[in-house]
Amino acid sequence: MFASQGWCGFAVVILSAFVADPTNIFAPAGTPASSIFSLSMLVLGITAAIFLIVAGILAYVLVRYGSRASNGQGEQEPPQIYGSNQIELSWTVIPVLIVVMLFLATTRVIYTTEHAQRLANSLDVTVIGHQFWWEYRYPQMGVVTANELHVPVSDHAHPLPTYLTMSSADTDHSFWVPRLAGKMDLIPNKVNTMWIDPQTKGLYLGQCAQYCGVQHAKMLIRVYADTPQEFAAWVEHQQQPAVDDPAAAEGRDIFMHNACISCHTIRGTVATGRFGPDLTHVGGRDTIASGSVRNTSANLREFIDNPANFKPGALMPPMHLDAHDLDAVTAYLTTLK
Amino acid sequence: MATQIPVDEMHDQIARVPRRLWLEVLHGWVTTVDHKKIGLMYIGYALFFLVIAGFEALLMRVQLAIPNNHFVSPEVFNGLFTMHGTTMVFFVGMPILFGFGNYLIPLMIGARDMAFPRLNAFSFWISAFGGLLLYFSYVGGSGLYGAGSAPDVGWFAYAPLTARVFSPGHSTDYWTIAILLSGIGSIGTALNIVATIICMRCPGMKMSRLPLLPWLYLVTSGLAFVAIGPLTAAQIMLMLDRYVGSHFFDTQAGGSAVLWMHFFWIFGHPEVYILVLPAFAFANEIIPVFSRKAIFGYPAMVAASVGIGFISLSVWAHHMFTVGLGPGGNTFFTLATMIISVPTGIKIFNWLATLWGGKIQFTASMMFAIGFLFQFLIAGLTGIMLSVAPFDWQLGNSYFVVAHFHYVLVGAILFMLFSAFYYWYPKMSGRMLSERLGKWHFWLFVIGFHLTFDLMHVPGLLGMPRRIYTYEADRGWMIWNVLISSGAIIQTVATLLFVYNMVWSYFKGPIAGPDPWDAWTLEWSVPSPPPSYNFAEIPTVASRRPLWDLKHPEDPDSDYEMEQGSPHETQKEGA
Repeated sequence: MFASQGWCGFAVVILSAFVADPTNIFAPAGTPASSIFSLSMLVLGITAAIFLIVAGILAYVLVRYGSRASNGQGEQEPPQIYGSNQIELSWTVIPVLIVVMLFLATTRVIYTTEHAQRLANSLDVTVIGHQFWWEYRYPQMGVVTANELHVPVSDHAHPLPTYLTMSSADTDHSFWVPRLAGKMDLIPNKVNTMWIDPQTKGLYLGQCAQYCGVQHAKMLIRVYADTPQEFAAWVEHQQQPAVDDPAAAEGRDIFMHNACISCHTIRGTVATGRFGPDLTHVGGRDTIASGSVRNTSANLREFIDNPANFKPGALMPPMHLDAHDLDAVTAYLTTLK
Repeated sequence: MATQIPVDEMHDQIARVPRRLWLEVLHGWVTTVDHKKIGLMYIGYALFFLVIAGFEALLMRVQLAIPNNHFVSPEVFNGLFTMHGTTMVFFVGMPILFGFGNYLIPLMIGARDMAFPRLNAFSFWISAFGGLLLYFSYVGGSGLYGAGSAPDVGWFAYAPLTARVFSPGHSTDYWTIAILLSGIGSIGTALNIVATIICMRCPGMKMSRLPLLPWLYLVTSGLAFVAIGPLTAAQIMLMLDRYVGSHFFDTQAGGSAVLWMHFFWIFGHPEVYILVLPAFAFANEIIPVFSRKAIFGYPAMVAASVGIGFISLSVWAHHMFTVGLGPGGNTFFTLATMIISVPTGIKIFNWLATLWGGKIQFTASMMFAIGFLFQFLIAGLTGIMLSVAPFDWQLGNSYFVVAHFHYVLVGAILFMLFSAFYYWYPKMSGRMLSERLGKWHFWLFVIGFHLTFDLMHVPGLLGMPRRIYTYEADRGWMIWNVLISSGAIIQTVATLLFVYNMVWSYFKGPIAGPDPWDAWTLEWSVPSPPPSYNFAEIPTVASRRPLWDLKHPEDPDSDYEMEQGSPHETQKEGA
């Protein structure tokens, strides 16, 4: 174990050369990702040592025993060696010992992650995968949102982990935010769980990691780790019914008289569909189209006009609204802060 | 005792048959039951699909070279990776390995043909039909719905994406039936190989004298038996789901998506070994010959191969570490997967020990074999990383995994296949491949391979999942993808060079003669190409290397094998 620490240090230097990326698995910011990171350093150390030894032997053999002169038929054949029980036994036993060591280290991380003691104050979020977006429900708080997951920051002094209970509404998906934790699949007819505890405030990115259909590539994940105060404020705001701005009444009427309501929910209105994302507070989100574009009026308008502009293969059809109606609906949705 | 090398004039007379019409030639190939011709057809058919599936890979690499590229649509891209994977596994990997097996096994065990020549022809043609049917989906995939479309469910076709509600049209059906058909062919050939090796060995060839290539083909064929059954069953269940209204995998009606994963991977992981064991088999023949030494630790090599065969049946759910098996399941499959590294390690060490003390000849064939050894070492080490379940929670389904299995499939298997081509092409065609072109091919391919697949590990570590048709610009993945794609172009050039070498050498290459490598197994005792009956007189062998005995009568292997009761570093001086 101690010998491998040298290798760990070496590996960290190499790996930190490309640490600036937002989804780097070697830049952990939560407990599950950190314990995987430590384990992976051990594994990388061991495999690097094996590589250097075996590749070194290979290189030596090629240099030492490579035939320099033309090796004609007349020349002597080298001594024929058929095997050696002692040597073969040694290169069976040593790998077995390495396997035992690695296995024990691995088992510990499997159990500490998957069998972690659940804390009483933990937050529960239900995650439902859809083609090609994420539904997040907070059953303790009555909040429903989409694509942008808000969780409180957790630190070692005040652990505040978030437990994700996951399933899918259609095909298989996988929730992967590399800096927070390993991935976990969302499978229809099956409930999986995982937990995250971001240690520092900020935005963590990820995306669906199980091929789920045409637009798998743009099923992006955004996890906002807020301070406990910010998080409480966010929850309180989300619990409010949708803003009813009289200035956007025309857009609201168009929305309520179109097919929009059969797929989308806007709390406090006749729109109660569940096939698409909840739009009650869509105006307050940073992005639309599951994180693929910024939430600006222009982008929103283009998306409503034809979602395939950003996400070809998205299940929402083009809405065939004329320019005036498009403007009105866009204006309405932007008021839903 | 020793083998007769038949150098009858009869062969020359047979070679001098008058020119025939092309239709007669074609008829000869279509109706043949000769294991050599069937082997060559398998190889030719696999090379054809290798070019197609390689071209598909190239299109994907162009699309992924830069973020938010619009070179192909997501629908086309998803079809490309599905067809690339399916083709490479079922219509390149399997047939090319069966092709070499078909050609070489009877020659190496001193038989005149396979045990069931007609079954052999049937197996080839049914597999070939499966491949053509798969590609017909590009024309007929959507059936009455409109134009064609390739299957786009991924090569492991996870449920419920394959249900009719998510995959309307017939493209998924073409995929299912193509794999069903190729599975029938594979089982037929596997059965044939097992029967041939068990029953058709020449006098004196006890199982303990069987060359390692047939030994490993025995293991691989046994695995194919066990593994293809569940796959076929799953395909039939899928068809029932799609057309008869059953609900095995139909999650909308209470079916289980995880059930499909189990069925698929209990085929899919042994399949990896079905593909890689023949590569080991080639290495076991080629590395000793170009080291001028007997294989080190023959009994250990056999035991390790059989061990890999058995253990490989208990590792499948390491493809499923993220589906929620729970800590117990993840722990078990971590251990099973790690254990397989022990017999695999024994093989690598024994190859190194074979090289040790030899006189290594750097022919093109040997260079590819050394490339195989080096790359297989790395592939094995990244495999250990992936066997660590928590590490896999990060690496699984990322580009790291893509890099890992391409290291196995290209870095190990394809390299070893190229090595086998340089080694046995003279036997099959009667002419040598150009060594000069072969070395160009090797160096170009090595550079392209490492540029592509070494760097491909990195975007996986940076969070890039597989099977995405495009990616965000802000993730820092672009630089890696540009380099990966440029490596793909170099590999393409190298492969074209290889194809050119094969064609050019067929007409212009130097005449090979029966034994150009001064090798030791029975296939080198007959003319190149061998006559249809292989051996004018069935040979009798007294050791694992009958031609060594013949060439070194003062120091035959049979002496060593007689005294094997005390095998402590038994050593003999050369001739």
